[in-house]
Amino acid sequence: MVTRGFFSGRRPPSDTDTRIPPGQYLEQGFPVLSAGPTPRVRTEDWSFTLKRGPRPLKTWNWAEFNALPQSNMTRDIHCVTAWTKFNTPWQGVMIDDILADAGIQPPTAYTLALSFDGYSTNVPTKDLVTGKAMVALLYEGKPITADHGGPARLLVPHLYFWKSAKWVNGLQFTERDEPGFWELRGYHMYGDPWREQRYSSDP
Amino acid sequence: MTAEPSPQSPWQAATITRIQKRTPRVASFWFQPTRPFAHLAGQHVDIRLTAPDGYQARRSYSIASAPGGGIELAIERLDDGEVSPFFHDVAAVGDEIKLRGPLGGHFIWEESDGGPILLVGGGSGVVPLMAMLRHRTLRNTAVPVALIFSARVWDEVIFRDELIGLDDRRDGFDLVLTLTREPARRPSDYSRRVDARMMAQAVERLPKAPRLAYVCGANAFVSAAADALIGAGVPAGLIRTERYGV
Ligand SMILES: Cc1cc2nc3c(=O)[nH]c(=O)nc-3n(C[C@H](O)[C@H](O)[C@H](O)COP(=O)(O)OP(=O)(O)OC[C@H]3O[C@@H](n4cnc5c(N)ncnc54)[C@H](O)[C@@H]3O)c2cc1C
Repeated sequence: MVTRGFFSGRRPPSDTDTRIPPGQYLEQGFPVLSAGPTPRVRTEDWSFTLKRGPRPLKTWNWAEFNALPQSNMTRDIHCVTAWTKFNTPWQGVMIDDILADAGIQPPTAYTLALSFDGYSTNVPTKDLVTGKAMVALLYEGKPITADHGGPARLLVPHLYFWKSAKWVNGLQFTERDEPGFWELRGYHMYGDPWREQRYSSDP
Repeated sequence: MTAEPSPQSPWQAATITRIQKRTPRVASFWFQPTRPFAHLAGQHVDIRLTAPDGYQARRSYSIASAPGGGIELAIERLDDGEVSPFFHDVAAVGDEIKLRGPLGGHFIWEESDGGPILLVGGGSGVVPLMAMLRHRTLRNTAVPVALIFSARVWDEVIFRDELIGLDDRRDGFDLVLTLTREPARRPSDYSRRVDARMMAQAVERLPKAPRLAYVCGANAFVSAAADALIGAGVPAGLIRTERYGV
Protein backbone atom coordinates (compact mmCIF):
# COMPACT_ATOMS: atom_id res chain seq x y z
CA MET A 1 0.00 0.00 0.00
CA VAL A 2 2.64 2.52 1.07
CA THR A 3 5.25 3.28 -1.59
CA ARG A 4 8.76 2.60 -0.32
CA GLY A 5 10.65 5.83 0.21
CA PHE A 6 7.86 8.24 -0.78
CA PHE A 7 7.61 11.07 1.75
CA SER A 8 6.25 14.05 -0.09
CA GLY A 9 6.50 17.41 1.54
CA ARG A 10 3.61 18.56 -0.57
CA ARG A 11 0.36 18.25 1.32
CA PRO A 12 -2.70 20.42 1.04
CA PRO A 13 -3.02 22.84 3.97
CA SER A 14 -5.20 21.09 6.57
CA ASP A 15 -7.95 23.72 6.38
CA THR A 16 -8.40 23.00 2.68
CA ASP A 17 -8.15 19.25 2.36
CA THR A 18 -11.90 18.77 2.68
CA ARG A 19 -12.15 20.76 -0.56
CA ILE A 20 -9.79 18.48 -2.50
CA PRO A 21 -11.47 15.37 -3.98
CA PRO A 22 -9.69 11.99 -3.73
CA GLY A 23 -6.65 11.62 -5.97
CA GLN A 24 -6.43 15.34 -6.72
CA TYR A 25 -3.69 17.83 -5.88
CA LEU A 26 -3.90 21.58 -5.45
CA GLU A 27 -2.68 23.63 -8.40
CA GLN A 28 -1.97 27.36 -8.36
CA GLY A 29 -1.61 27.74 -12.13
CA PHE A 30 -4.23 26.93 -14.73
CA PRO A 31 -3.01 24.08 -16.95
CA VAL A 32 -4.46 23.67 -20.44
CA LEU A 33 -5.71 20.39 -21.90
CA SER A 34 -7.47 19.64 -25.16
CA ALA A 35 -7.57 17.01 -27.88
CA GLY A 36 -6.39 19.21 -30.73
CA PRO A 37 -5.19 22.65 -31.74
CA THR A 38 -6.75 25.74 -30.19
CA PRO A 39 -9.54 27.06 -32.42
CA ARG A 40 -9.59 30.85 -32.70
CA VAL A 41 -13.27 31.74 -32.87
CA ARG A 42 -13.98 35.39 -33.66
CA THR A 43 -16.96 36.87 -31.84
CA GLU A 44 -18.31 38.01 -35.26
CA ASP A 45 -18.53 34.34 -36.22
CA TRP A 46 -19.74 33.12 -32.85
CA SER A 47 -23.23 31.80 -32.23
CA PHE A 48 -24.96 29.63 -29.68
CA THR A 49 -27.82 27.26 -30.50
CA LEU A 50 -30.20 25.24 -28.35
CA LYS A 51 -31.34 22.07 -30.10
CA ARG A 52 -33.64 19.19 -29.41
CA GLY A 53 -32.05 16.31 -31.30
CA PRO A 54 -31.26 17.75 -34.73
CA ARG A 55 -33.95 20.46 -34.49
CA PRO A 56 -32.76 23.99 -33.57
CA LEU A 57 -34.88 25.68 -30.92
CA LYS A 58 -33.17 29.08 -30.74
CA THR A 59 -29.90 30.70 -31.83
CA TRP A 60 -28.16 33.77 -30.39
CA ASN A 61 -25.33 35.77 -31.90
CA TRP A 62 -22.57 37.23 -29.73
CA ALA A 63 -24.36 40.53 -29.05
CA GLU A 64 -27.69 38.87 -28.32
CA PHE A 65 -26.06 36.35 -26.01
CA ASN A 66 -24.14 39.03 -24.11
CA ALA A 67 -27.41 40.89 -23.58
CA LEU A 68 -28.81 37.98 -21.54
CA PRO A 69 -28.69 38.30 -17.72
CA GLN A 70 -25.15 37.85 -16.45
CA SER A 71 -24.24 35.98 -13.28
CA ASN A 72 -21.07 35.24 -11.36
CA MET A 73 -19.85 31.87 -10.12
CA THR A 74 -16.66 31.43 -8.09
CA ARG A 75 -15.95 27.73 -7.77
CA ASP A 76 -13.28 25.11 -7.16
CA ILE A 77 -12.59 23.17 -10.36
CA HIS A 78 -11.27 19.64 -10.70
CA CYS A 79 -9.46 18.34 -13.79
CA VAL A 80 -9.35 14.59 -14.46
CA THR A 81 -5.56 14.88 -14.86
CA ALA A 82 -5.57 15.30 -11.08
CA TRP A 83 -5.28 19.02 -10.41
CA THR A 84 -7.77 21.02 -8.42
CA LYS A 85 -7.84 24.80 -8.48
CA PHE A 86 -9.66 26.81 -5.83
CA ASN A 87 -11.87 29.87 -6.22
CA THR A 88 -11.92 30.31 -9.99
CA PRO A 89 -14.09 33.38 -10.75
CA TRP A 90 -16.34 33.21 -13.84
CA GLN A 91 -19.02 35.44 -15.26
CA GLY A 92 -21.57 34.40 -17.83
CA VAL A 93 -25.13 33.35 -18.50
CA MET A 94 -26.75 30.66 -16.35
CA ILE A 95 -28.27 27.79 -18.34
CA ASP A 96 -31.53 28.62 -16.52
CA ASP A 97 -31.48 32.10 -18.07
CA ILE A 98 -30.73 30.71 -21.54
CA LEU A 99 -33.74 28.40 -21.27
CA ALA A 100 -35.90 31.23 -19.95
CA ASP A 101 -34.93 33.46 -22.87
CA ALA A 102 -35.87 30.64 -25.26
CA GLY A 103 -39.15 30.28 -23.36
CA ILE A 104 -38.73 26.55 -22.78
CA GLN A 105 -38.48 24.01 -20.01
CA PRO A 106 -35.70 21.42 -20.41
CA PRO A 107 -37.28 19.04 -22.95
CA THR A 108 -35.25 15.87 -22.16
CA ALA A 109 -33.21 14.43 -19.30
CA TYR A 110 -29.88 14.44 -21.17
CA THR A 111 -27.79 17.06 -22.91
CA LEU A 112 -24.76 17.11 -25.17
CA ALA A 113 -22.68 20.26 -25.05
CA LEU A 114 -21.33 20.99 -28.54
CA SER A 115 -18.21 22.95 -29.50
CA PHE A 116 -16.81 24.76 -32.52
CA ASP A 117 -14.06 22.17 -32.97
CA GLY A 118 -16.49 19.26 -33.12
CA TYR A 119 -15.94 18.29 -29.48
CA SER A 120 -18.94 17.22 -27.48
CA THR A 121 -19.55 16.09 -23.91
CA ASN A 122 -22.63 14.69 -22.22
CA VAL A 123 -24.15 16.04 -19.02
CA PRO A 124 -27.50 15.10 -17.46
CA THR A 125 -29.83 18.08 -17.93
CA LYS A 126 -30.48 18.30 -14.18
CA ASP A 127 -26.76 19.04 -13.67
CA LEU A 128 -27.04 22.11 -15.90
CA VAL A 129 -30.11 23.79 -14.37
CA THR A 130 -31.15 25.21 -10.99
CA GLY A 131 -28.08 27.39 -10.70
CA LYS A 132 -25.53 24.62 -11.28
CA ALA A 133 -24.00 25.65 -14.61
CA MET A 134 -23.42 28.54 -16.98
CA VAL A 135 -21.97 29.49 -20.33
CA ALA A 136 -19.01 31.53 -19.10
CA LEU A 137 -17.86 34.61 -21.00
CA LEU A 138 -15.36 36.12 -18.55
CA TYR A 139 -12.64 34.66 -16.32
CA GLU A 140 -11.23 36.90 -13.60
CA GLY A 141 -13.24 39.72 -15.15
CA LYS A 142 -11.58 39.40 -18.56
CA PRO A 143 -12.64 37.68 -21.81
CA ILE A 144 -11.71 33.99 -21.66
CA THR A 145 -8.58 33.39 -23.74
CA ALA A 146 -8.75 30.98 -26.67
CA ASP A 147 -6.61 28.34 -24.94
CA HIS A 148 -9.03 28.27 -22.01
CA GLY A 149 -12.03 27.90 -24.33
CA GLY A 150 -12.92 31.50 -25.21
CA PRO A 151 -14.91 33.30 -26.41
CA ALA A 152 -17.31 31.13 -24.37
CA ARG A 153 -17.05 27.86 -22.49
CA LEU A 154 -19.48 25.76 -20.55
CA LEU A 155 -18.91 25.77 -16.78
CA VAL A 156 -20.20 22.75 -14.84
CA PRO A 157 -17.88 23.06 -11.87
CA HIS A 158 -19.19 20.14 -9.81
CA LEU A 159 -18.10 17.63 -12.49
CA TYR A 160 -14.58 16.92 -13.80
CA PHE A 161 -13.55 19.83 -15.95
CA TRP A 162 -13.64 18.05 -19.33
CA LYS A 163 -17.43 18.34 -18.97
CA SER A 164 -17.01 22.14 -19.05
CA ALA A 165 -16.71 22.14 -22.85
CA LYS A 166 -14.39 24.77 -24.33
CA TRP A 167 -15.41 26.83 -27.39
CA VAL A 168 -19.01 25.86 -26.71
CA ASN A 169 -21.53 26.72 -29.42
CA GLY A 170 -24.63 24.92 -28.34
CA LEU A 171 -26.55 22.52 -26.16
CA GLN A 172 -28.38 19.60 -27.71
CA PHE A 173 -31.09 17.92 -25.68
CA THR A 174 -31.11 14.16 -26.28
CA GLU A 175 -33.56 11.41 -25.39
CA ARG A 176 -30.78 9.06 -24.24
CA ASP A 177 -27.51 9.62 -22.39
CA GLU A 178 -25.26 9.83 -25.47
CA PRO A 179 -21.49 9.68 -24.92
CA GLY A 180 -19.50 12.70 -26.14
CA PHE A 181 -15.94 12.90 -27.46
CA TRP A 182 -13.97 11.80 -24.39
CA GLU A 183 -16.74 9.54 -23.13
CA LEU A 184 -16.42 7.54 -26.38
CA ARG A 185 -12.70 7.33 -25.63
CA GLY A 186 -12.89 5.71 -22.25
CA TYR A 187 -13.83 8.56 -19.92
CA HIS A 188 -16.71 8.37 -17.49
CA MET A 189 -20.29 9.15 -18.55
CA TYR A 190 -20.93 11.30 -15.45
CA GLY A 191 -17.55 12.36 -14.00
CA ASP A 192 -18.17 13.16 -10.33
CA PRO A 193 -14.77 14.09 -8.82
CA TRP A 194 -15.92 13.19 -5.30
CA ARG A 195 -16.63 9.63 -6.45
CA GLU A 196 -13.45 9.60 -8.60
CA GLN A 197 -15.39 8.79 -11.76
CA ARG A 198 -12.49 9.31 -14.15
CA TYR A 199 -12.63 6.39 -16.56
CA SER A 200 -15.54 4.37 -17.91
CA SER A 201 -14.66 1.41 -15.68
CA ASP A 202 -14.96 3.49 -12.50
CA PRO A 203 -18.16 2.83 -10.54
CA MET B 1 -12.59 3.88 -35.53
CA THR B 2 -9.19 4.06 -33.94
CA ALA B 3 -10.60 4.71 -30.53
CA GLU B 4 -11.56 1.80 -28.37
CA PRO B 5 -12.97 2.71 -25.01
CA SER B 6 -10.41 1.78 -22.37
CA PRO B 7 -11.02 -1.71 -21.11
CA GLN B 8 -11.27 -2.34 -17.40
CA SER B 9 -8.18 -0.77 -15.91
CA PRO B 10 -8.17 -0.91 -12.13
CA TRP B 11 -5.21 0.06 -9.95
CA GLN B 12 -2.75 -2.78 -9.61
CA ALA B 13 0.76 -3.36 -8.33
CA ALA B 14 3.58 -3.36 -10.86
CA THR B 15 7.20 -4.25 -10.17
CA ILE B 16 10.07 -2.21 -11.56
CA THR B 17 12.19 -4.70 -13.49
CA ARG B 18 14.82 -2.45 -15.04
CA ILE B 19 16.02 1.15 -14.98
CA GLN B 20 18.14 2.74 -17.68
CA LYS B 21 19.45 6.28 -17.86
CA ARG B 22 18.53 7.80 -21.25
CA THR B 23 19.82 11.37 -20.96
CA PRO B 24 21.11 13.44 -18.03
CA ARG B 25 17.51 14.16 -17.01
CA VAL B 26 15.52 11.22 -18.38
CA ALA B 27 15.52 7.58 -17.36
CA SER B 28 13.46 4.63 -18.59
CA PHE B 29 11.66 2.40 -16.11
CA TRP B 30 10.29 -1.00 -17.10
CA PHE B 31 7.31 -2.37 -15.18
CA GLN B 32 5.87 -5.85 -14.80
CA PRO B 33 2.21 -5.46 -13.83
CA THR B 34 0.64 -8.18 -11.69
CA ARG B 35 -2.05 -8.49 -14.35
CA PRO B 36 -0.41 -7.70 -17.69
CA PHE B 37 -2.48 -5.75 -20.22
CA ALA B 38 -2.32 -4.95 -23.92
CA HIS B 39 -1.89 -1.30 -24.88
CA LEU B 40 -2.01 0.70 -28.09
CA ALA B 41 0.79 2.98 -29.29
CA GLY B 42 0.25 6.42 -27.76
CA GLN B 43 -1.60 5.37 -24.61
CA HIS B 44 -0.52 6.19 -21.08
CA VAL B 45 -0.72 4.78 -17.57
CA ASP B 46 -1.44 6.52 -14.31
CA ILE B 47 1.00 6.06 -11.43
CA ARG B 48 0.05 6.50 -7.78
CA LEU B 49 2.48 6.94 -4.91
CA THR B 50 1.34 6.63 -1.30
CA ALA B 51 3.13 8.15 1.71
CA PRO B 52 3.04 6.49 5.15
CA ASP B 53 0.30 8.87 6.33
CA GLY B 54 -1.92 7.91 3.40
CA TYR B 55 -1.18 11.00 1.30
CA GLN B 56 -1.20 10.10 -2.39
CA ALA B 57 0.24 11.66 -5.51
CA ARG B 58 -0.72 10.52 -8.98
CA ARG B 59 0.60 11.39 -12.40
CA SER B 60 0.20 10.18 -15.97
CA TYR B 61 3.08 8.74 -18.02
CA SER B 62 3.00 7.74 -21.66
CA ILE B 63 4.08 4.23 -22.60
CA ALA B 64 7.28 4.29 -24.69
CA SER B 65 7.24 0.63 -25.64
CA ALA B 66 5.39 -0.75 -28.65
CA PRO B 67 2.28 -2.83 -28.10
CA GLY B 68 3.48 -6.26 -27.01
CA GLY B 69 6.80 -4.89 -25.79
CA GLY B 70 6.12 -4.66 -22.06
CA ILE B 71 5.67 -1.38 -20.21
CA GLU B 72 8.52 1.12 -20.54
CA LEU B 73 8.03 4.62 -19.17
CA ALA B 74 10.56 7.38 -19.80
CA ILE B 75 10.39 9.94 -17.03
CA GLU B 76 12.04 13.34 -17.04
CA ARG B 77 13.28 14.68 -13.73
CA LEU B 78 11.75 18.05 -12.81
CA ASP B 79 13.92 19.26 -9.96
CA ASP B 80 11.11 20.90 -8.02
CA GLY B 81 8.57 18.23 -8.90
CA GLU B 82 6.93 15.76 -6.55
CA VAL B 83 6.69 12.47 -8.45
CA SER B 84 9.42 12.56 -11.10
CA PRO B 85 12.30 13.12 -8.59
CA PHE B 86 11.01 10.13 -6.63
CA PHE B 87 11.57 7.93 -9.66
CA HIS B 88 15.05 9.29 -10.26
CA ASP B 89 16.27 9.45 -6.67
CA VAL B 90 14.42 6.69 -4.82
CA ALA B 91 12.79 4.08 -7.05
CA ALA B 92 14.83 0.90 -7.52
CA VAL B 93 14.50 -2.39 -9.35
CA GLY B 94 12.19 -4.67 -7.37
CA ASP B 95 10.03 -1.86 -5.99
CA GLU B 96 6.27 -2.18 -6.32
CA ILE B 97 4.38 0.83 -7.65
CA LYS B 98 0.63 1.22 -8.08
CA LEU B 99 -0.25 1.64 -11.73
CA ARG B 100 -3.40 1.80 -13.79
CA GLY B 101 -3.80 1.40 -17.51
CA PRO B 102 -3.86 1.42 -20.40
CA LEU B 103 -5.54 4.82 -20.56
CA GLY B 104 -6.38 7.28 -23.31
CA GLY B 105 -8.40 6.61 -26.42
CA HIS B 106 -7.54 9.55 -28.67
CA PHE B 107 -3.78 10.00 -28.94
CA ILE B 108 -3.31 6.61 -30.56
CA TRP B 109 -1.85 5.38 -33.81
CA GLU B 110 -2.66 1.95 -35.18
CA GLU B 111 -1.48 0.45 -38.45
CA SER B 112 -5.04 0.59 -39.75
CA ASP B 113 -4.99 4.40 -39.36
CA GLY B 114 -2.52 4.48 -42.24
CA GLY B 115 -0.40 7.45 -43.18
CA PRO B 116 1.59 9.42 -44.01
CA ILE B 117 1.87 10.63 -40.45
CA LEU B 118 3.65 13.58 -38.98
CA LEU B 119 4.89 13.29 -35.41
CA VAL B 120 5.96 16.37 -33.48
CA GLY B 121 7.46 15.99 -30.02
CA GLY B 122 9.03 18.38 -27.54
CA GLY B 123 11.31 16.91 -24.83
CA SER B 124 9.63 14.00 -23.05
CA GLY B 125 6.70 14.53 -25.42
CA VAL B 126 8.54 12.17 -27.75
CA VAL B 127 7.62 9.20 -25.54
CA PRO B 128 4.21 8.22 -27.02
CA LEU B 129 5.57 9.02 -30.51
CA MET B 130 8.40 6.55 -29.83
CA ALA B 131 5.78 3.87 -29.12
CA MET B 132 4.20 4.66 -32.50
CA LEU B 133 7.56 4.46 -34.30
CA ARG B 134 8.47 1.21 -32.59
CA HIS B 135 5.06 -0.18 -33.46
CA ARG B 136 5.59 0.80 -37.10
CA THR B 137 9.00 -0.89 -37.13
CA LEU B 138 7.75 -4.09 -35.51
CA ARG B 139 4.80 -4.25 -37.88
CA ASN B 140 7.23 -3.72 -40.73
CA THR B 141 4.86 -1.36 -42.50
CA ALA B 142 5.85 1.16 -45.13
CA VAL B 143 3.66 3.93 -43.72
CA PRO B 144 5.63 7.15 -44.34
CA VAL B 145 6.43 8.99 -41.12
CA ALA B 146 8.32 12.15 -40.30
CA LEU B 147 9.26 12.93 -36.70
CA ILE B 148 10.14 16.48 -35.76
CA PHE B 149 11.74 16.28 -32.34
CA SER B 150 12.62 19.42 -30.44
CA ALA B 151 15.17 19.17 -27.64
CA ARG B 152 17.31 21.75 -25.95
CA VAL B 153 20.67 20.15 -26.72
CA TRP B 154 22.04 17.07 -28.49
CA ASP B 155 22.64 15.21 -25.22
CA GLU B 156 18.99 15.65 -24.25
CA VAL B 157 17.67 13.91 -27.38
CA ILE B 158 15.87 10.98 -25.74
CA PHE B 159 16.21 7.65 -27.66
CA ARG B 160 18.81 9.36 -29.86
CA ASP B 161 20.77 6.31 -31.04
CA GLU B 162 17.61 4.33 -31.66
CA LEU B 163 16.03 7.18 -33.64
CA ILE B 164 19.11 7.71 -35.76
CA GLY B 165 19.26 3.95 -36.36
CA LEU B 166 15.66 3.99 -37.57
CA ASP B 167 16.39 7.02 -39.76
CA ASP B 168 19.36 5.21 -41.33
CA ARG B 169 17.14 2.39 -42.54
CA ARG B 170 15.64 4.75 -45.14
CA ASP B 171 12.40 2.80 -45.07
CA GLY B 172 10.02 5.74 -45.15
CA PHE B 173 10.88 7.22 -41.75
CA ASP B 174 12.50 10.63 -41.59
CA LEU B 175 14.00 12.05 -38.41
CA VAL B 176 14.26 15.81 -38.05
CA LEU B 177 15.91 17.06 -34.88
CA THR B 178 15.71 20.66 -33.85
CA LEU B 179 17.95 21.85 -31.03
CA THR B 180 16.82 25.04 -29.36
CA ARG B 181 20.07 25.80 -27.50
CA GLU B 182 22.79 24.31 -29.68
CA PRO B 183 23.77 24.31 -33.34
CA ALA B 184 22.36 21.53 -35.52
CA ARG B 185 24.58 18.45 -35.93
CA ARG B 186 23.08 16.67 -38.92
CA PRO B 187 22.30 18.14 -42.35
CA SER B 188 18.55 17.55 -41.98
CA ASP B 189 18.41 19.22 -38.58
CA TYR B 190 17.54 22.69 -37.32
CA SER B 191 18.62 24.89 -34.50
CA ARG B 192 15.54 26.87 -33.51
CA ARG B 193 12.09 26.51 -32.06
CA VAL B 194 9.46 24.81 -34.22
CA ASP B 195 7.71 27.10 -36.70
CA ALA B 196 5.44 26.92 -39.75
CA ARG B 197 8.35 26.87 -42.22
CA MET B 198 9.91 23.86 -40.49
CA MET B 199 6.54 22.09 -40.55
CA ALA B 200 6.04 22.91 -44.23
CA GLN B 201 9.46 21.41 -45.01
CA ALA B 202 8.58 18.30 -43.01
CA VAL B 203 5.32 17.94 -44.93
CA GLU B 204 7.33 18.16 -48.18
CA ARG B 205 9.44 15.20 -47.08
CA LEU B 206 6.32 13.05 -47.05
CA PRO B 207 5.22 11.45 -50.36
CA LYS B 208 1.78 12.97 -49.97
CA ALA B 209 -0.14 15.15 -47.54
CA PRO B 210 -0.28 13.74 -43.99
CA ARG B 211 -3.32 11.79 -42.97
CA LEU B 212 -2.77 12.53 -39.30
CA ALA B 213 -0.46 14.64 -37.17
CA TYR B 214 0.37 13.92 -33.52
CA VAL B 215 1.80 16.63 -31.29
CA CYS B 216 2.99 15.97 -27.74
CA GLY B 217 4.89 17.82 -25.06
CA ALA B 218 4.53 20.62 -22.55
CA ASN B 219 1.52 22.79 -23.14
CA ALA B 220 3.35 25.80 -24.57
CA PHE B 221 5.20 23.55 -27.00
CA VAL B 222 2.01 21.81 -28.12
CA SER B 223 0.24 25.13 -28.72
CA ALA B 224 3.16 26.50 -30.74
CA ALA B 225 3.63 23.30 -32.74
CA ALA B 226 -0.08 22.86 -33.49
CA ASP B 227 -0.29 26.48 -34.66
CA ALA B 228 2.81 25.92 -36.80
CA LEU B 229 1.21 22.87 -38.42
CA ILE B 230 -1.92 24.87 -39.20
CA GLY B 231 0.35 27.61 -40.56
CA ALA B 232 1.92 24.97 -42.84
CA GLY B 233 -1.52 24.09 -44.18
CA VAL B 234 -2.26 20.94 -42.15
CA PRO B 235 -6.02 20.92 -41.45
CA ALA B 236 -6.81 21.37 -37.75
CA GLY B 237 -9.08 18.33 -37.83
CA LEU B 238 -6.11 16.04 -38.58
CA ILE B 239 -4.05 17.22 -35.62
CA ARG B 240 -4.19 15.26 -32.36
CA THR B 241 -2.54 16.69 -29.29
CA GLU B 242 -1.39 15.36 -25.94
CA ARG B 243 -0.47 18.05 -23.41
CA TYR B 244 1.75 17.23 -20.45
CA GLY B 245 0.56 20.26 -18.52
CA VAL B 246 2.70 23.08 -17.17
C1 LIG C 1 -1.11 12.02 -20.65
C2 LIG C 1 0.21 12.45 -20.03
C3 LIG C 1 1.36 11.74 -20.33
C4 LIG C 1 2.58 12.12 -19.77
N1 LIG C 1 3.70 11.43 -20.11
C5 LIG C 1 4.90 11.78 -19.59
C6 LIG C 1 6.09 11.08 -19.96
O1 LIG C 1 6.07 10.15 -20.78
N2 LIG C 1 7.27 11.46 -19.40
C7 LIG C 1 7.33 12.51 -18.51
O2 LIG C 1 8.44 12.81 -18.03
N3 LIG C 1 6.22 13.20 -18.15
C8 LIG C 1 5.00 12.85 -18.67
N4 LIG C 1 3.86 13.54 -18.29
C9 LIG C 1 3.96 14.58 -17.25
C10 LIG C 1 3.85 13.91 -15.87
O3 LIG C 1 2.53 13.45 -15.69
C11 LIG C 1 4.14 14.87 -14.71
O4 LIG C 1 3.38 16.04 -14.88
C12 LIG C 1 5.57 15.23 -14.59
O5 LIG C 1 6.37 14.06 -14.39
C13 LIG C 1 5.80 16.20 -13.45
O6 LIG C 1 5.37 15.61 -12.25
P1 LIG C 1 6.11 15.95 -10.89
O7 LIG C 1 5.28 15.40 -9.81
O8 LIG C 1 7.54 15.57 -10.93
O9 LIG C 1 6.08 17.52 -10.89
P2 LIG C 1 4.96 18.41 -10.24
O10 LIG C 1 5.09 18.34 -8.77
O11 LIG C 1 3.65 18.06 -10.82
O12 LIG C 1 5.42 19.78 -10.76
C14 LIG C 1 5.52 20.07 -12.17
C15 LIG C 1 6.13 21.42 -12.28
O13 LIG C 1 5.16 22.36 -11.86
C16 LIG C 1 5.60 23.04 -10.73
N5 LIG C 1 4.62 22.83 -9.64
C17 LIG C 1 3.38 22.33 -9.78
N6 LIG C 1 2.71 22.32 -8.63
C18 LIG C 1 3.53 22.80 -7.71
C19 LIG C 1 3.40 23.05 -6.32
N7 LIG C 1 2.26 22.79 -5.64
N8 LIG C 1 4.47 23.52 -5.68
C20 LIG C 1 5.59 23.80 -6.36
N9 LIG C 1 5.74 23.62 -7.66
C21 LIG C 1 4.74 23.13 -8.34
C22 LIG C 1 6.97 22.57 -10.41
O14 LIG C 1 7.79 23.70 -10.58
C23 LIG C 1 7.36 21.53 -11.41
O15 LIG C 1 8.45 21.95 -12.19
C24 LIG C 1 2.64 13.20 -18.87
C25 LIG C 1 1.47 13.91 -18.57
C26 LIG C 1 0.25 13.55 -19.14
C27 LIG C 1 -0.98 14.34 -18.80
